[in-house]
Amino acid sequence: MTQENNERLGIVVSGSLNKGVEVKLDSSASVEDMAVGRYVAIEGNKRRFFGMITDVSLGVTDPRLALTPPDVSDPFIAEVLAGTTTYGTLHVSPQLTIGGDVPSLLEGPQPVKTVPSHFSVVNLASDRDIELVFGKEDKDRFWIGNPLDMETKLCLNLPELVKRSNGIFGKSGTGKTFLTRILLIGMLQKSAAVNLVFDMHSEYGWEGSSEQGRKVKALKQLFPSKVAVFTLDEENSRRRKVSTDFVVRIGYDEIEPEDMILLRQTLNLTEPAVEAVYQVRRRFGKDWLLRTSEMEDSEETRNLLREMNIHESTFQNLQRGLNTIRRLPFIEPQSPVKAVQHILEYLDRGINVVLEFGRYTDITAYILVANLLTRRIYAKYRESTERAMAEDIAHPTPLVITIEEAHRFLNPEIASQTIFGTIAREMRKYNVTLLVIDQRPSGIDSEVMSQIGTKITCLLDNERDIDSVLAGVSGKSELKSVLAKLAAKQQALIFGHAVPMPVAFQPREYGSAESYKSFALSEEAGGEKQAAKDIEELWG
Amino acid sequence: MAELVERVGEVIEASTTDFVAQCYELYQLPPLGSLVKTRDLPVELYGIVYHAATTSLEPGRRPIARGKDEDSEEAIYQSNPQLLKLLRSEFSTLVVGYKDEKLHHYLPPRPARIHGFVYQCPPDEVRDFSQSFDFLNMLLNTQLPVPADELIAACLRQMSQMYEDRHTFLVAAGKELALLLSGELNQLKAILGRLRV
Repeated sequence: MTQENNERLGIVVSGSLNKGVEVKLDSSASVEDMAVGRYVAIEGNKRRFFGMITDVSLGVTDPRLALTPPDVSDPFIAEVLAGTTTYGTLHVSPQLTIGGDVPSLLEGPQPVKTVPSHFSVVNLASDRDIELVFGKEDKDRFWIGNPLDMETKLCLNLPELVKRSNGIFGKSGTGKTFLTRILLIGMLQKSAAVNLVFDMHSEYGWEGSSEQGRKVKALKQLFPSKVAVFTLDEENSRRRKVSTDFVVRIGYDEIEPEDMILLRQTLNLTEPAVEAVYQVRRRFGKDWLLRTSEMEDSEETRNLLREMNIHESTFQNLQRGLNTIRRLPFIEPQSPVKAVQHILEYLDRGINVVLEFGRYTDITAYILVANLLTRRIYAKYRESTERAMAEDIAHPTPLVITIEEAHRFLNPEIASQTIFGTIAREMRKYNVTLLVIDQRPSGIDSEVMSQIGTKITCLLDNERDIDSVLAGVSGKSELKSVLAKLAAKQQALIFGHAVPMPVAFQPREYGSAESYKSFALSEEAGGEKQAAKDIEELWG
Repeated sequence: MAELVERVGEVIEASTTDFVAQCYELYQLPPLGSLVKTRDLPVELYGIVYHAATTSLEPGRRPIARGKDEDSEEAIYQSNPQLLKLLRSEFSTLVVGYKDEKLHHYLPPRPARIHGFVYQCPPDEVRDFSQSFDFLNMLLNTQLPVPADELIAACLRQMSQMYEDRHTFLVAAGKELALLLSGELNQLKAILGRLRV
């Protein structure tokens, strides 16, 4: 195989496909320069392998050395021992391989089914290797960041990404929001999908702020023609000088019993109370919420309850819950315009919708609104997809719904009943997928987690969270050590459907004037520039 | 060409693994561990000086102390000029390689010839020879009257003097030793300790 001008690290000395290979470092390569998560290329006899460093360890040829350490204050002795008697080893988990012959070169990297032979040379992956594996920026691929310690651009195939539900995880303050913004911009530019963002903290629509308190532009400011900001809290938006496109109001009659299931925990409803909702809905029809919450404590009511077989305390519990909902300022007896309809119109025109919650950041409002709107939008999508299939016409534009605090919607107790659980499981049959943002992935139902295609995770330190994010991934224990060692900020690990192999990366810069410019440029890169470049390359 | 090289003695005893040479001048011994060569044309044999001795010409007759009435040591030799002829200096070398068309770091097919001249190797040749550290293995594995640690350290110190960058040479040699002595930590430490310059 042709040896490229790479930085040689060492040679493969042992290993297995399951556990990964051990690489003995050359004495010229310092163990201190290594980092878990970095990419290496292994030059086998017949094929090249790509892998990731998942562990770094120290070895000695003579165990006595550890018991009676030599006098390392003498630089000569230290230098002689380094790399010979004392050496560094890397644990590399091979992920992809590419054959040396022409057909396999054309085929591109494939998942590994074997390990490199003994003493194969291990190099740091070059920029070209990364490009070979992840592709370069083009009309489908979006530059999301740089692999750790590398200059080269890491690109993500976005049309592929949005075919599945995706997740962004990480502790609070690790850069989830920034990462989400970058990803949203990518989808907006390259994926041909539209986004509906339930923006709990009003950070994605107009502007957000960095942890240092610096203001950063969000989607609407960067792409005014492609983004519409909807708000639940007009006053708050006006105060923040956000130009909103629509004020969302929700009528009592729009709330369905299904919406109550999700709210069971936040409203502190009992199981029978949720059951009772269905009964009162049957009894009172569309006005159930208003009528139920206004029923007074009278003989008539008691008779009615007896008739419906609802216990009085259950009913009081329900009433308390409904009153909490009624107190939400954006809930009105009758909403003049149906928000769902409006959102759909925008989405149909390919305009991304960000719904700001303004001051109503309380979880009840978020769950209620997100669930309510999503359910209806999903129903419409389902309808039009089915029609499209039947009549053989164009399918609706793929939709990506972004939700925060996802564990509130997708926890094991309710995941099977809520619309988000359904979307996550049924995936793209109806062209709707989720982008879940969460800091507590262990709270998400494992069935839903397993259906999430691509996961991007920033630092997590809770053992259960890490386990749930990595559940079902091959080489879990290796990835675990990479994940646990990510920097607290601006580093993330991506793995799953849209990437050929897991990679730890540093998201591209977001927030400076240059970064905004580069986003604008990358939009162009998808279009004419790329075509011009292709032609140039073709005719060279 | 050969005359430009310092001649240090003549072979007086030879075997496959080593040869003994006598110096022409008393006490003009090559240093311990230095690289010397002798010719058996077309082959040149390389040896490393591992032992040297100055003894009486006759094995049974030991020198006697003569300096009681002399002022200095030098004066002893001046007043007894025959001493220079009654004593002799000789050194033993371990054969570590030979050169025909090219350099080999293993034993030659035939031992050295008696009365072959022995030369001190010039710096160029030492550098050429020490491009490979294969000879270290021979020094380690041969039973010699001198401790191998001492000999190896002396040899490497000698060779390093021929290099501008002594440190790099010694580190490279040290690393080779570390591999050879991977199970013998103490010996390695002993040698490395003697390599410090």
